[in-house]
Amino acid sequence: MEYIDYYKVLGVPRNATEKEIKKAYRKLARKYHPDVNPNDAAAEKKFKEANEANEVLGDPEKRKKYDQYGKDWMHAEEFEKAKAQQRGSRASSGQRQDFGGGDFSDFFESMFGGGGFSQGGFSSRGGQQVRYRGQDLNAELRLNLHDAYKTQKQTLTVNGKNIRITIPAGIENGQTIKITGHGGPGRNGGPKGDLYLTFIIDNNTPFKRDGNHLYKNVDLDLYTAILGGEITVDTFDGKAKLKVKPETQSGTTVKLKGKGFPIYKKEGQFGDLFITYNVKTPTGLSDQEKELFKKLASLKN
Amino acid sequence: MQQEEYVSVTEFCNGHSISTTVISQLNEFGLVRVIQRSDSLYIPMEELPKAEKILRLHTDLNINLEGVEVITRLLERIERTEEELIRLKNKLSFYE
Repeated sequence: MEYIDYYKVLGVPRNATEKEIKKAYRKLARKYHPDVNPNDAAAEKKFKEANEANEVLGDPEKRKKYDQYGKDWMHAEEFEKAKAQQRGSRASSGQRQDFGGGDFSDFFESMFGGGGFSQGGFSSRGGQQVRYRGQDLNAELRLNLHDAYKTQKQTLTVNGKNIRITIPAGIENGQTIKITGHGGPGRNGGPKGDLYLTFIIDNNTPFKRDGNHLYKNVDLDLYTAILGGEITVDTFDGKAKLKVKPETQSGTTVKLKGKGFPIYKKEGQFGDLFITYNVKTPTGLSDQEKELFKKLASLKN
Repeated sequence: MQQEEYVSVTEFCNGHSISTTVISQLNEFGLVRVIQRSDSLYIPMEELPKAEKILRLHTDLNINLEGVEVITRLLERIERTEEELIRLKNKLSFYE
């Protein structure tokens, strides 16, 4: 646990007046307020830090305690440093305590007790002073592309309660879905907030996705490309046989209708799969093969 | 047909310890939709997140309603732009 310099957080001198502290806090709040910095985790962190600093320095009693305890804390840190340098064997007098996560830092909670409330890893979407409707919660859910191909049923734990959610097949990377009524509790008879789930979809497949369509490059040997033939290619969930036309050029794309990605919330409907041929010219030719290619070349000339 | 749920303006304002005139003003600015049934005013449930965000900006940051109106419109624009950005990023990953 680290010592937090609340004066530094607000950017005020240690002898700052209440008015100066309030002014400094308001300035930071305007800059980092979550409502004007949506989806910005860095700003949210700064806002929380400023809030915490204001909570302490804006309250004369807390400020007094902090000034006193803070000084000792600094000494304890220095003492530990000195001790480390001397490699001495004396026991440390520094306190080491760890507290669970919450809206306030461990440092704050060790000095003033638990002020914040844990939200089980979900961060608040709005400011800290929701007074009627419950807080909206924000969370990220990681899926791989194969998971997103099929409709998923998952159980999530939100504020200690298990909720079952259905993730429709074909969900996009970065898409957010709203789970109504699963946010924080309302106050004064207000309704509950909502839960917003943002999906991060990792693609570690050889397929590229663009909306409902999938794309893949397939190597084609020279002879099949020239003479035509049949090849088997991997589709996203199986295999498909393809007829290759004679004299196929490298870079030719063929469309496999309905073999792409499921269309979101349109059950049974799929995009297309596009296969692009990459013709491979043979290497390590034998003398006989070289001769035959020379013959072909002379025929063309 | 989806049924809309409503919260009475009086109840909402009591919960927030604010005067009902604030909501009337927000309605006039076109920021929060309010409907009238008999003699009472109601806010549709779906307007609550927006209404509360506006109130936070107004009270937490000391911004007057004209300023809040401008901020709200800009935030809506940012939201649309960010959605567009995600779409474009997904498209771009196709060329990487």
